Amino acid sequence: MPHKPPPRRQSVNVGRGTRKRDEDSGTEVGEGTDEWAQSKATVRPPDQLDLTDAELKEEFTRILTANNPHAPQNIVRYSFKEGTYKLIGFVDQLAVHFSQVGNLIPKDSDEGRRQHYLHELAAGSQESAKVVISETEILEEEEEPKEAEAGSQTDVPAAEAPEKMAEEESMTPKQPKERKVTNKFNFSERASQTFNNPLRDRECQMEPPPRTNFSATANQWEIYDAYIEELEKQEKTKEKEKTKTPVAKKVGKMEMRKMTSMESQSDDITKVTQAAKIVERMVNQNTYDDVAQDFKYYEDAADAYRDQEGTLLPLWKFQNDKAKRLAVTALCWNPKYNDLFAVGHGSYDFMKQSRGMLLFYSMKNPSFPEYIFSSESGILCLDVHVDHPYLVVVGHYDGNVAIYNLKKPHSQPSFRSSAKSGKHTEPVWQVKWQKDDMDHNLNFFSVSSDGRIVSWTLVKSELVHTDVIKLKVENSTTEGLEGLQIHTVGCGTAFDFHKEIDYLFLVGTEEGKIYKCSKSYSSHFLSTYDAHSMAVDAVSWNPYHTKVFMSCSSDWTVKIWDHTIQTPMFIYDLNSAVGDVAWAPYSSTVFAAVTTNGKTHVFDLSINKYEAICNQPVVAQKKNKLTHVQFNPIHPIIIVGDDRGHVTCLKLSPNLRKMPKEKKGQEVQKGPAVEIAKLDKLLNLVREVKPKT
Amino acid sequence: MGETEGKKDEADYKRLQTFPLVRHSDMPEEMRVETMELCVTACEKFSNNNESAAKMIKETMDKKFGSSWHVVIGEGFGFEITHEVKNLLYLYFGGTLAVCVWKCS
Repeated sequence: MPHKPPPRRQSVNVGRGTRKRDEDSGTEVGEGTDEWAQSKATVRPPDQLDLTDAELKEEFTRILTANNPHAPQNIVRYSFKEGTYKLIGFVDQLAVHFSQVGNLIPKDSDEGRRQHYLHELAAGSQESAKVVISETEILEEEEEPKEAEAGSQTDVPAAEAPEKMAEEESMTPKQPKERKVTNKFNFSERASQTFNNPLRDRECQMEPPPRTNFSATANQWEIYDAYIEELEKQEKTKEKEKTKTPVAKKVGKMEMRKMTSMESQSDDITKVTQAAKIVERMVNQNTYDDVAQDFKYYEDAADAYRDQEGTLLPLWKFQNDKAKRLAVTALCWNPKYNDLFAVGHGSYDFMKQSRGMLLFYSMKNPSFPEYIFSSESGILCLDVHVDHPYLVVVGHYDGNVAIYNLKKPHSQPSFRSSAKSGKHTEPVWQVKWQKDDMDHNLNFFSVSSDGRIVSWTLVKSELVHTDVIKLKVENSTTEGLEGLQIHTVGCGTAFDFHKEIDYLFLVGTEEGKIYKCSKSYSSHFLSTYDAHSMAVDAVSWNPYHTKVFMSCSSDWTVKIWDHTIQTPMFIYDLNSAVGDVAWAPYSSTVFAAVTTNGKTHVFDLSINKYEAICNQPVVAQKKNKLTHVQFNPIHPIIIVGDDRGHVTCLKLSPNLRKMPKEKKGQEVQKGPAVEIAKLDKLLNLVREVKPKT
Repeated sequence: MGETEGKKDEADYKRLQTFPLVRHSDMPEEMRVETMELCVTACEKFSNNNESAAKMIKETMDKKFGSSWHVVIGEGFGFEITHEVKNLLYLYFGGTLAVCVWKCS
C-alpha cells in the first residue's frame, strides 16, 4: 500500500506533460471559441529521416508476417498410435520479448475497489488523510511551474500567452477540485437548448343527444284495461270484416282480376305469349278447319267438265278493325314463311288521306294479324327482303320510306327517311329491295311521283340516298324566262328490275309511258314505250322469259311486251281500270289481274291467248274495288286486296294451273327452259303476224 | 256463478293476452320490432324472474344498439325517466307485466 502513491503521481505527471505538448502543437481543443478555425499542423518526430523523392518511391516488397522466425520448424514427436516419430507442423509462433510483474491495480477492478474500500475504512488513521492533502498540494505545486513552462515553450505570441495564463490562473483557485479529474481523452461536451413550444389547450363540446322525458305508471289494472281495450278493438275490426265479407269478397275478386289483368298487361304477358299464341292457333285451327281442308285438298271437280275455264275458291278473308276503311295498297308474301304475308294499308283517295297500317297475317291465323305497325301517313307500297325476311321496307304517301324490323318489339320503324335525308316530295309508289352492294350494305330502290328514282343504302344506322335517275317527259322542254329550260317531270308510278340483267329496269309513269332505264345512265333512257293512255299501275318482268314484261294501267288494259320491240305483243281490255297484275310463279304463261269493278282475271296464254280463262267477281261490285293481287310462291293460291281493307285468299282451281298434258311414252319436261319455250312459241306467232300488219 | 264466470274470464284473458301490447314507443319500426321480440323472448324465458329477464334485455340491447340501456320489468311501478329520443319502448306483456326499455347515457 505505501508504494502506491508514487507511481500514481508519476502517471499523473506524464498525463499533464502530454497534455501540455498538445497545447503547444496547437491541436488542443476545448478552450477559446476559434479553435474550429485553427489549421492542423502535422507532428513530426525529431528523428524522422528526410528522404528524397526517389527514395520515397522505392518499393519494398518485403512482406511482414506474424510468424516467429526463431520458432523451430523441425519438432518431431513419437506417435504411439502409429508407432513412429512424426513431424509436428503446428508450432506456437508466440515470442515474448519482455515481461514484468507489476503491483499496479486498476482503480475500477474488483481488487482496486476492495482496496479503496479498505482504505476508506481506515479513514480514522491520519496518515491516509495526510496523504490526500499532500497529494492535492503536490498537484497544485506542480501546476504552476508547468504553466510557466508552457509559457516559455509555446510559439504562441507573447501577448496571448499571459492572457491565457491569467485566465487559467483565475480559474484555478475557484475550481480546485475540478482539476483533480483530468480529461485524459481530451473530451469536450457541448450542450444547447431549443425553445420549448408553448402548450395550448383546446376544448370543444358536442351537443348531447336530444332527450325527452317520459313518465307512466304501470299496475295491474292499467295493464288489464289496456288489454281489454285492445281486445275490443280487435273484435270490432273482425266484425267489420265479417260484415264486409260478402261484398268485400266480390270487390276483392274484382280487384284480384283487375290486378291480374294489370299484371298480365305489364309483365306476365311476356310469359304467356307463347302459350297464348299456341292456344290462339288451336282455336283458329278448329274454327277454320273446313277452310284449311279446302285449302289443302279441295279440287273443283267441275273443272273436268268445263274444259278450259277455271274458278277461284274463296278461302280465308283477312281483316282487322284497326285497318277498317283503309284500302289495301300493297301485298307481299314473305319469301321465307309461305303462310305469312304483309299488307300495306293506306288510301288511294287522294283527297282523303289518313293514317297507314302495316299488318302481317298468317294463313294459320286469319282472325288476327301477327304483327301490327301503324304510321301517320298512308302506306302505298312495301317489299320484304329476300335474305332477311324480317326486314320490310315501306313507301309512304308523304314521300318517306321506312324500314320496319319484325324482330324489334316496338312499333316504330328501325330506319326512316326524313326531309333532311332526301325523302321524296310526292307519294312513293313502289319500293324494291336490291341485292346487297359491294360493301354488303342493304339497299333498295324507290320510285315516286316527283320523278326521282332513288337508291337507298343502309349504312350502319343511317339511310343514305342516291338519285339514280330523274324522269323527264320527252319533248316537253319549254323555254322559261331568260332562256331557262324547264323540264316537265315524269311521275313514276311503278318499276321492276330485270331478273338477270342487273342494271336494267322498267319505269311506268303517270303519263302512261314506260321507260327502259339503266342504273348507270342517269340522264337518258334506253328506250321508251308509248304504252298506255293513262297511268301505269304496274310493270312486271316475266319470271321465266327474260325478254317479256307486262304492264297494266287505269286505261283498262293489260299489255304484254317484248322489251326489244316497241309495240306490245298482247293487249287485253278488261273493261275496268286494272289495279294490279302479277305473273304466276309456276308458269310463264299464267298471270292474274284485278280490276276496280271487283273482278279477278286469270289468264293462261298457252290455253287461251285472247281471253281470260277465269273471270270472277271476288267482292260485291260497285262497293269494293280490288287494288292488288299476289301469287303465293308455293301454294296454288292468290291473295287479293280491296279498298275496304279486306284481303281475300283464293284458291286456283285445277284448270287455272294446268300443266301440259302428259303423253304416253313421253317424259314430261319441266323446268324453266320448257316455260321459256312455251312462251316463245306464243310470241313467235305474234311476231310473225306483226310484220304483216 | 259470478265468481266462476269471473274466473273463466280471467282464464280467457290470460290465455288471450299473451301478445305484447306496445303502449308507447318512439323507436324506428325495425328497432321496435326487434326490441319487442327480444322482450317477449326474455319474459318467456325468465317467466318468474323479472330481474334476469331485465338483465338479459339490457345486455342484448347494449350489444345491439350501443351501451347505456335501462330496463324495468314489473307488475306495478311508476316512473319518470329521461331518455334519448327514438330510444324508448314501453309495453305490456302477458297480461300482467310492464316492460320499459330506454337508452340514456
